[in-house]
Amino acid sequence: MRSVLPILTVVLAILALWYGAAVALNARWTLDQAARAGQELTVSQIVSDTLQQERPKLPAPHQVGAELWKTTGAMALEGRAFSKRSLIYHGWVTLSATLLGFAIGAGAGILLAVGIVHNRAMDRSVMPWAIASQTIPILAIAPMIIVVLNSIGITGLVPKAIISAYLSFFPVAVGMVKGLRSPDAMDLDLMKTWGARAGQVFWKLRWPSSMPYLFTSLKVAMAASLVGAIVGELPTGAIRGLGARLLAGSYYGQTVQIWSALFGAAILAALLVGLVGLVQRITLKRMGMAR
Amino acid sequence: MTWVLGALGFWAVAWAVNVRLARLDNSRGLRLLMPALFGLTLLVVWEGLVRGLNVPGVILPPPSAIGARIATSLPVLWADFVQTFVKGALSGYVLGCGAGVLSAIAIDRSPFLQRGLLPVGNFIAALPIIGTAPILVMWFGFDWQSKAAVVVAMVFFPVLVNTLQGLASADAMQRDLMKTWSASYLQTLTKLRLPAAMPFIFNGLKIATTLALIGAIVAEFFGSPIRGMGFRISTEVGRLALDMVWAEIAVAALAGSAFYGAVAACERAVTFWHPSQRGL
Repeated sequence: MRSVLPILTVVLAILALWYGAAVALNARWTLDQAARAGQELTVSQIVSDTLQQERPKLPAPHQVGAELWKTTGAMALEGRAFSKRSLIYHGWVTLSATLLGFAIGAGAGILLAVGIVHNRAMDRSVMPWAIASQTIPILAIAPMIIVVLNSIGITGLVPKAIISAYLSFFPVAVGMVKGLRSPDAMDLDLMKTWGARAGQVFWKLRWPSSMPYLFTSLKVAMAASLVGAIVGELPTGAIRGLGARLLAGSYYGQTVQIWSALFGAAILAALLVGLVGLVQRITLKRMGMAR
Repeated sequence: MTWVLGALGFWAVAWAVNVRLARLDNSRGLRLLMPALFGLTLLVVWEGLVRGLNVPGVILPPPSAIGARIATSLPVLWADFVQTFVKGALSGYVLGCGAGVLSAIAIDRSPFLQRGLLPVGNFIAALPIIGTAPILVMWFGFDWQSKAAVVVAMVFFPVLVNTLQGLASADAMQRDLMKTWSASYLQTLTKLRLPAAMPFIFNGLKIATTLALIGAIVAEFFGSPIRGMGFRISTEVGRLALDMVWAEIAVAALAGSAFYGAVAACERAVTFWHPSQRGL
């Protein structure tokens, strides 16, 4: 709790910087307009104008907040939460792709990790590639996957989910290999003296002790999966989803729309990662591993 | 059909060899040979399946076609590489990482700021920062400057957070020792705390290599001059020239791995004393 005050200070400082930057960046447009109309502006007029332009270079925080409310809460109150102009609708499209991809990617990652831990040949030949693949800018493949799957008739949720799955796959695989190897030789020997079979060693020792690693990598995978879904929405021509809102906003110079989509994505990311963190805390507590 | 059977046969043989090799003890040569064999198997299976099942080139070109495309369009690939990697990613990486380390050192002097910035920084590092790309492209224009700006925004916080953690890693005993020698702040920083922070800083730098390349490529999807890897990927996908797309991806993979490898080599040279580097 003692860190609340510092965090608040930092957040306030960021907001102040943001307002300052908004005034500085948008002032030119205001001044140009005034010069064309042959008017002289006082400083307070300039400041108030820069904070409420229609298409500012950098929208002020309250503009973004208002746009966010207008496209989520206000529309929900009117009962149009899932209309195409609502950010809730676009967020849901992105969220469903993210979650589907995350489930596929995390599941496959855990399976690969189990294989790698139990099979020496797999460990030696596949593991270096799993690590090396982390250094490759996988996101670059995203547009190709989308277009290719479109051309063979698969559209909508699945192509985005595949990109998400691909991005969340490797963090989970690498983290789980580490986790499943984390019980030390003493514990493994103890299991052996009890005559435990491989399955028993796995379920009673390796799997429980890999939990902290699993959750850490699940958080990384969740964030990566959301990025994958957003980037996956870019090449389809900006129809649905948060990524589409970003692209449409950048086509039409709607900066407020870009920023509100960006904050929508940020809130979504925070919620998802926070949710994994919550599950982690509850699970580890019930397993008696909480620190 | 022969292609498919041949590919599957090659797979079975290679796997049998790998299983046999895994039983031998681990020399350095074997450690390189096994993944190389696995990679080769993947390529052979890919080639065999694509040819055997007559997969059209607009869906998945075989590796041989991609290789041929790389060989014939080297100048284009090189121009794209310079535009995206050298101008966009590398300059942004240097700026962003430099700014991250320096601001971490500045923040480190104030425990108050540190307590406030660490959670906020961790939070921002998990956000989809790639989404700022359209905004930055709007501000800095279509050329490499906007790509470098996206890269700076992407690498700054991971490096900042890791450096802050690293600077806190020198333990109290060692700091007390520096104090008994009446070392100044600067001496403590350069002789104890920065060296102790190096493993953490390099962890951040390694994460940042991948982010830098991704940032530079994805930023080009939002507008770029008529060269660059992201530009080439998005336009060639539109023309369904997938062999060129795969060629760019191969270049990106190669550049990304080489970049990561270079940073990892620096890490080995700087933190040779750390247990994780001596362990082998």
